[in-house]
Amino acid sequence: MALEARNVFFRYGKRGPWVLEHVSLSVERGERLAILAPSGYGKTTLALLLAGYRQPDRGQILLEGKPLPKKGFCPVQLIWQHPEEAVNPRWRMGKVLEESGKPDGKLLQALGIEPAWLERFPRELSGGELQRFCVARALGSGADYLICDEISTMLDGITQAQIWKVVLEEVSQRGMGMIAVTHNRHLAGRIADRILDMERDPESHGRT
Amino acid sequence: MGQAAEALLEIRNLSVSFHRYGNGFAQEELKAISDLSLTVRRGEVVAVAGASGSGKSVLASAVLGILPGNAAVEGQLLYRGEALTPGRQRALRGREIALVPQSVSFLDPLMRVGVQADGSRRPRQTERRRQIFRRLGLPEETEKLYPFQLSGGMARRVLVSTALLADAQLIIADEPTPGMGLGQALEALRMFREMADEGRGVVLITHDIDLAVEFADRVAVFYAGTTVETAPAADFQRGEDALRHPYSKALWRALPQNGFQPVAGHQPYAGSLPVGCLFAPRCPCRTEECERKTPPVRQVRGGEVRCFYGA
Repeated sequence: MALEARNVFFRYGKRGPWVLEHVSLSVERGERLAILAPSGYGKTTLALLLAGYRQPDRGQILLEGKPLPKKGFCPVQLIWQHPEEAVNPRWRMGKVLEESGKPDGKLLQALGIEPAWLERFPRELSGGELQRFCVARALGSGADYLICDEISTMLDGITQAQIWKVVLEEVSQRGMGMIAVTHNRHLAGRIADRILDMERDPESHGRT
Repeated sequence: MGQAAEALLEIRNLSVSFHRYGNGFAQEELKAISDLSLTVRRGEVVAVAGASGSGKSVLASAVLGILPGNAAVEGQLLYRGEALTPGRQRALRGREIALVPQSVSFLDPLMRVGVQADGSRRPRQTERRRQIFRRLGLPEETEKLYPFQLSGGMARRVLVSTALLADAQLIIADEPTPGMGLGQALEALRMFREMADEGRGVVLITHDIDLAVEFADRVAVFYAGTTVETAPAADFQRGEDALRHPYSKALWRALPQNGFQPVAGHQPYAGSLPVGCLFAPRCPCRTEECERKTPPVRQVRGGEVRCFYGA
């Protein structure tokens, strides 16, 4: 069974240009897909649709053959490109983490989250430190699929490698499916077992 | 990098700290930059790489004089040999010194991006701006859009175009490429290189070291608010053994194309910097000396390194 986009169309507003047309893709549990595409292609929009933040105008997003659940913790979790925009600026980090249930101590340790950071506010942490929290939050217990939208472009090489190491370990241990959006070909080669390259081959996902 | 080239920007022993309130009436100083020195000459692209949160953007703000009110600056900043006073910074920024800001939120949300990039210059340079948009792969219709209608990479390219249009002598580009596709990122970097070749100076703050080294003359590596190494860009292309500082080597090894191996631990927090070498807690070759004394900057093989042992 899989997470699927079936012939999806999407545009912002009723008259805007189509951002996504005829997009179909599918990822099985235990599979890791990287999407490479030029800037402005609609990658982030696609990520929002797959994680249930937006509804397609035509076509369907299906999880194990059914639409995404509307209530409760969504089994498809999105990690955003800009962590500072994905956390409540008025909450301490401990509370941010608890949004997805009680955090797993081992996971926090693996991600290098210091216990003292839980008392801090988002503005008192760097982007790399915040992104570790967003990863921990997305890996809450009910997650079966992970969508990573350029989660490491704003990070230095070491932090990038640290975060991906943990994400890949968790994904393979729990047999999760993963879709990662990136611009970095080398990174895509490291993290994915299948690459959908819309930069070189615009037809590869059926866009007409 | 001839001897004769004029130094556009000289930064000598710069420290920047932020004053803030802790619990109750307690106050503390956060040192974002400590004892940093860097020179940018005409004709040069200097890439600044290093850890996230190591003070790279603070440096850009310090040079332009746009730090928040609770910041204290020590040390010397010189532009073309003269001190950069707050008055001079006001007069020069946007004219002789241009910034490509890191955050796309620097765009005015209520202005169409074409008019916005043209700026307040008279006569309007609309034709030249269109050329730059074209070169950066922004379609003609883009100029009529508002910032919220752009993708991350498109907004970034609009920001880059503003600096290219300013006709500045010194350009400070703070992470200009994330979100762009490879071709667009290369084109943007090529345009910065051309500006340097015309006799300007460019500071290129970036995490995309692999791309930056192809266009830069030198690379300054930042860690916890200071430069741990300044190396010719070619050393980064040659690899780990050509680099001098253990942090630079670790950074090189962590790139996806070079092993993807992270070193454990994290950068010290500005409020609690360790005594001695700032990288010592994570360094595989630290000694007792590193934990007691701050290493001096040493000249090694045509570069500078802040380490007792870097060779």
